[in-house]
Amino acid sequence: MADQISLSMTVNGRTRRGAAEPRLTLADFLREQALCTGVHLGCEHGVCGSCTVLMDGEAVRSCLLFAVQADGAHITTVEGLAPDDETLHPVQEAFRDCHGLQCGFCTPGFVVSVAAFLEANPDPSDDEIRHGIAGNLCRCTGYQGIVAATRQAAAVLKGEGQ
Amino acid sequence: MADVVSLLAEHGDDAKPLAGGQSLVPMLAMRLTRFEHIVDLNRVGELFGVTADNGAVRIAAMTRQAAVETDATVAHRVPLLHLATPHIGHFQIRNRGTIGGSVAHADPASEYPAVMLALDGTAEIASASGTREVPAAEFFESTFMTAVAPDELLVALRFSAWDQQAGFAFDEIARRSGDFALAGAAVGIGTDAAGRINRAAVGMLGVGPTPLRASSVEAALMGLAAADADPHEIGRLAADDMDPIGDVHASADYRRRAGSTLVGRVLAGALAQLTQEAHNG
Repeated sequence: MADQISLSMTVNGRTRRGAAEPRLTLADFLREQALCTGVHLGCEHGVCGSCTVLMDGEAVRSCLLFAVQADGAHITTVEGLAPDDETLHPVQEAFRDCHGLQCGFCTPGFVVSVAAFLEANPDPSDDEIRHGIAGNLCRCTGYQGIVAATRQAAAVLKGEGQ
Repeated sequence: MADVVSLLAEHGDDAKPLAGGQSLVPMLAMRLTRFEHIVDLNRVGELFGVTADNGAVRIAAMTRQAAVETDATVAHRVPLLHLATPHIGHFQIRNRGTIGGSVAHADPASEYPAVMLALDGTAEIASASGTREVPAAEFFESTFMTAVAPDELLVALRFSAWDQQAGFAFDEIARRSGDFALAGAAVGIGTDAAGRINRAAVGMLGVGPTPLRASSVEAALMGLAAADADPHEIGRLAADDMDPIGDVHASADYRRRAGSTLVGRVLAGALAQLTQEAHNG
């Protein structure tokens, strides 16, 4: 077995120290050591988007990064989007309101991706929304509810109410 | 960077540089390839950034695709790269994926290699024994194979800005947004003061073992008055410049026909932009 490398990163605002073999993915580190099981692993090769997290504010596939590469980084998983346990992030709220999920497996990746997408593009057209969510796959609900949820979240985040 | 090239010199074929990891890590995950040593380039500061000098733009290899997409120098001086970038994967992929990684991986269906070939870009390659430059025409040797030797590192790409009136366009055909393209085209057309075409650059992706240039199309365009060129007629010539294979996504014949229609369309886009530029003066 290869050497364990010690590392430290901020996960959802808390410092996490750990050790990982160089080959351990960030996704596995987040799930198994930081216990952020909201990071879902669908395809494990960068296609499905379920494992999307924010690294230093940017949406990335955590299955395509090694944990050691995130040493010193700030990671936000779906668990860290809302300010506290009692509140949902406007994107989460919108997914619930608009039936943007069914089985829920892909949802954490969608929520994180949509949050990052709306940060970069607060007032997207429907066409832009469809491009924005193209990097995440949903195999049960379909995309209509997810597009509607993204539209609603955009309006809420802009302060236009619901 | 000295450390990186010395590690590559020491381990040769057993080591692989890791850029954005958006192609290499999936290949590792699927056990399509394995290496004793992975050399992570993500903390090598010298490998990041865009600089402009003497009419040329140098883009260091680790510059993220997302950074290329929004870089003002690239948009102004190498517009074709700017136009091609949104077609790469999805925004989450472009946040990590790099220009050097894409070019060094040399997937024949990817965007940057075709743009580099069309624009006669240059690769700056370093090893423990120094740096050398390789023109795009000699860089792509076959599918996933480039002029970069196992003990070498692709350090930067260099593009010269076009100093004449020019129009650029890029497009591709894919089953779904962000999928690998079935066929794609990168086109630059330059004219002299009289409006005659004096530079034609047509790169194609997905229609051969490497990115290809549509030499027949380029030859047919040279010397024509840009206003008189019939892009769709000329675009059809591209079918002769392709060497497509058929797979589960599309037959070779489909790729050839759809690809040459696409070349015509993208050519029309570049010519329209040229006319508009000339009009704006």
